[in-house]
Amino acid sequence: MPPTTAPAAAAEAMTSSLGSPTVPSVAFFFLIVLITLAITYWAARKTKTSSEYYAAGRSVSALQNGFALAGDYMSAASFLGISGMVALKGYDGMIYATGWLVGWPALMFLVAEPLRNLGKFTFADVVAFRLQQKPVRIAAAIGGITTVLFYTIAQMVGSGSLIQLMFGLKYEYAEIIVGVVMLAYVLFGGMLATTWVQIIKAVLLLIGVSFLTVLTLSKFGFNPVNLYTEVVKQHGPAALQPGGLITSPLEAVSLGLALMFGLLGLPHILMRFYTVPDAKAARVSVLYATGLIGYFYVIIPIVGFGASVLLRANVVKDGATTALAGRGLITFFDKGGNMAAPLLGELLGGQAFLGFIAAVAFATILAVVAGLTLAGASAYSHDIYVSVIKNGRASEEEQVKAAKIATLVFGAVAVLLGIAFKGQNVAFMVGLAFAIAASANFPALLMSVLWKRFTTWGAVWSIVIGAVSSAGMIILSKTVWVEIFGFEHAIFPMKNPAVFSMAASFAAGIVASLLTAEPEAQEKFEDEKLRTYLGVGAE
Amino acid sequence: MSNAAPKLHSMDGGAKSARELMDSPDFKALVKKRWTVSFSLLTALFVSYYGYILLLGTNKEWVSQKVSDAPDAVTTVAIPLGIAVILVAWVLTALYVVWANKSYDPEVQRLKGQLKQH
Repeated sequence: MPPTTAPAAAAEAMTSSLGSPTVPSVAFFFLIVLITLAITYWAARKTKTSSEYYAAGRSVSALQNGFALAGDYMSAASFLGISGMVALKGYDGMIYATGWLVGWPALMFLVAEPLRNLGKFTFADVVAFRLQQKPVRIAAAIGGITTVLFYTIAQMVGSGSLIQLMFGLKYEYAEIIVGVVMLAYVLFGGMLATTWVQIIKAVLLLIGVSFLTVLTLSKFGFNPVNLYTEVVKQHGPAALQPGGLITSPLEAVSLGLALMFGLLGLPHILMRFYTVPDAKAARVSVLYATGLIGYFYVIIPIVGFGASVLLRANVVKDGATTALAGRGLITFFDKGGNMAAPLLGELLGGQAFLGFIAAVAFATILAVVAGLTLAGASAYSHDIYVSVIKNGRASEEEQVKAAKIATLVFGAVAVLLGIAFKGQNVAFMVGLAFAIAASANFPALLMSVLWKRFTTWGAVWSIVIGAVSSAGMIILSKTVWVEIFGFEHAIFPMKNPAVFSMAASFAAGIVASLLTAEPEAQEKFEDEKLRTYLGVGAE
Repeated sequence: MSNAAPKLHSMDGGAKSARELMDSPDFKALVKKRWTVSFSLLTALFVSYYGYILLLGTNKEWVSQKVSDAPDAVTTVAIPLGIAVILVAWVLTALYVVWANKSYDPEVQRLKGQLKQH
């Protein structure tokens, strides 16, 4: 191994422009908003029926959907969060990266194709397919909306603070701008516009992070080992070893279960499978998405490690200019470490590149919130309004109108909740969203696809028990009970309840199904097999 | 089963009703094969991912050792291990797609061809 020389560029300290709007960042920001609104205008002319509004007329190709799925999943939390975590905590950030990827193969093996063949617009279509529509739809819509809502709050609060940090914009204005621009995409362009916004964002994000990785590695002779050597020199060997994230095997498995199967219950991800023409395209799109996200998670730790050793800047602290470096500089801007990647971008690529990264982060938030809004709105308008209130007898016009009203309401609620939760630690909300998705939505979905004797009340109880037990245990755990409510001791000792709440949900579904035999549902299970496996009669 | 239609075998070559097709051994074999492949790959995924995090949780010394004996070596075993988990996940996904495209889809097409047009 060649001896490492201290990187030359890092020696000169810069003065960061982070937190004040610069010409390049504002220019990139407007460019992205203009391009995406132009797409919305184009998509709006193609979006008239409910199938076009919710599912882009099932005209999205496998490659496009692969990028859109990756776009939906690579949120600001993955981009800024994992790079920041690697920068501050070292190897533990990589454990998160792997956990966030492994749900994708499971999604493919278990639900992607049956979901595409059986459903129409939402995952509740699949759960309710052979059961009594009303109770199952109401339960599934509540599970779906709860998941989407917690996920949205986390995104909105994160986005407000992020935009505040990057552009120096007031938090409340940031929330309103995100809400208005995102609503323009969803209201006028429906799923087609939302999909293209995701694709553009995914491409920009991958280009930005790849460029940042190449710039980082160029400081180390394009050999990651030299980077690791510098990391150990500055932060000690612990930076390359697993630390405090995994404390006990049970905790590790529980977190792993929530991350892996949470994906299989996220309504905005599942909804994407209805935008492709058939099961084969659904399948191939998962392969593309897994490749793109896997590549992203393999290179993002390099950005984080790079930031922890390369950063040097002069900052004004307590009225005096001080030179800060590495981890100290990152936490000066944001305690959570979220600014590691933007700061590194500014150091290595100048203000123009920081502007680009900031605009990409903003586009990331817009796109993810747009996808979530569409999923939340469809759970209400398709599952509750059309299927329950109108008994499935609504005209195309009524359906699209209901979808748009639901979108508007959901968007407004997202902005209000974003403002209401200002300054809150939102990590638990992402945890909650994943735990509810894994415990309420996923078991019902899997049992309805696989188990002949699954019944209406099995589905309802599985969803209710899964949602209540996962939310309840998170509220009683340290993250909420101690850190938010201020009690001295947590009642539930673990950080993540998935191992128990998933088991409870499956048990409830099985027991309730066995107690309430439903011969009609069993017969339909046989009847739907041609559609599940051969795609005969799929929409 | 409620429908008492006589069973036809695929060798007969005749058009089948939906019920006859679903009751045919070929269709049942296809469904069984699909879940066998799925659950085998899922098992491999579980072994690699939960093996990885359980190893991190139970044997920190082992994963913290260096990948080479060189005195200036810094890279820990945990780093290539983490990247390997991501690669394995992608390879398993690809294996499923290759199997489905090569073996599942042609069989689906063949069985769909036997279905009576109405």
